[in-house]
Amino acid sequence: MTQKTVLNALHRELGARMVDFGGWDMPISYGSQIEEHHVVRRDAGMFDVSHMTVVDLHGARAREFLRHLLANSVDKLKVQGKALYSCMLNEQGGVIDDLIVYLLGDEHFRLVVNAATREKDLAWIERQAKAFDVAAKERPEFAMIAVQGPHARAKVIGLLHEVDRPRIEKLGRFAAAAAQGPHGMPLFIARTGYTGEDGFEIILPEEHAVALWKELATAGVAACGLGARDTLRLEAGMNLYGQDMDENVTPWEAGLAWTIALDAGRDFIGRKALEAQQAAGVPRTMVGLVLDEKGVLRHGQKVLTPQGEGEILSGSFAPSLNKSVAFARVPAGATEQLRVDIRGREVPVRLVKFPFVRDGKACEGI
Amino acid sequence: MSASEIPGDLKFLKSHEWARVEDKGLVRVGISDHAQEQLGDLVYVELPEVGAQVQAGNGAATVESVKAASDIYSPVSGEIVEVNESLADKPETINEDAYGEGWLFVVKPSDRGELDELLDADAYAELIENEDH
Repeated sequence: MTQKTVLNALHRELGARMVDFGGWDMPISYGSQIEEHHVVRRDAGMFDVSHMTVVDLHGARAREFLRHLLANSVDKLKVQGKALYSCMLNEQGGVIDDLIVYLLGDEHFRLVVNAATREKDLAWIERQAKAFDVAAKERPEFAMIAVQGPHARAKVIGLLHEVDRPRIEKLGRFAAAAAQGPHGMPLFIARTGYTGEDGFEIILPEEHAVALWKELATAGVAACGLGARDTLRLEAGMNLYGQDMDENVTPWEAGLAWTIALDAGRDFIGRKALEAQQAAGVPRTMVGLVLDEKGVLRHGQKVLTPQGEGEILSGSFAPSLNKSVAFARVPAGATEQLRVDIRGREVPVRLVKFPFVRDGKACEGI
Repeated sequence: MSASEIPGDLKFLKSHEWARVEDKGLVRVGISDHAQEQLGDLVYVELPEVGAQVQAGNGAATVESVKAASDIYSPVSGEIVEVNESLADKPETINEDAYGEGWLFVVKPSDRGELDELLDADAYAELIENEDH
């Protein structure tokens, strides 16, 4: 049974092409996916991401629980509203999911996890939370709208209650705060995103989502589908769960070393396996690739290197670069003479650092 | 897209290529508006060489959209006499005008009888109608 967000009828009214997205009927684009990509790089676009799962954690030992649950250190969160990106690992160091955690109070944290992994995430979190007496409560009554682009913040702030504007204007990156939206609707506004552009991700009670979407449209924010979201996040060097990492891949092998905090004395799930792999030498590494000739790198294509075979993870045409880029997992040490098998044709590719695009422009060397 | 918007002079393969018989019996080939809609924004087009021989129902070109790569089959056998060079720089022309400026190649058919095996506009309209359900 396909699930629908509260904005589903509106997407259809807007003429969106709908696709099944991890069990959800979601808009892939409303018109041209490439134009939707560009509008986010140049102005402001909005995405319905209400399919994502919001979980609130309550309990006196909630922080202690998250120290155990997450590979990044929740102790980096010191101020209410601050957010942190982290992986949640199994005992083998494999990635169960990636998520954002918000500090909302001494005994209250909020997690936003992927839609496609909802059930296993909830089961895992509940199982681990028992020992800490922490209650995990899903919040399906929330919708979520991501507003992204260089003009996104200004357009959202213009819709807020006047008393809230200065405070949200000053909201730092990776931080969230409550504010009143149009008609007094209560918004949870986070300065986060999945596009490489500035902007907000707004969590709100779903009965207000249609009204907010329409107000944003009137303010000049363009409706954008999940197709554009995918090319934007790839250019921005951001991983997609299920494509770039899963339970058989450690963060070391997925370009996520920066999210692992090996702080002294913290016994998080998967730590032993991560340390063992680090000591033994990580066999595979995630790299960025650019294709300078015609063609498109796509998920599942074989990568040929002098050190052995690898594979394309996320791969796509990159509209901001007008060529194709990809993440690939290759044997450690493979840096030169890389080729990709594109439909039977072996094509040379260049290994580059990612992100590929930052602040709307190609990064150096791309 | 309603049936009335499919040009009546076109014939189709089930795999969504169109064929238009033109002066001197040459056959111009493209993909349907329905096909470009399904593929989404096109980013690359790989065309055959002029002079190449193509077989009806076999791959003659490739189009790649942001989402996927697709083989384009020739509706008729014969020799490629012209290709749409402008698509190299502007593949989005196919999205904008699939039945006009977005044509792919022109074939000099070796067996005109093959044209009779193609779907007419009404039959093609019915095919995509059923596909949508």
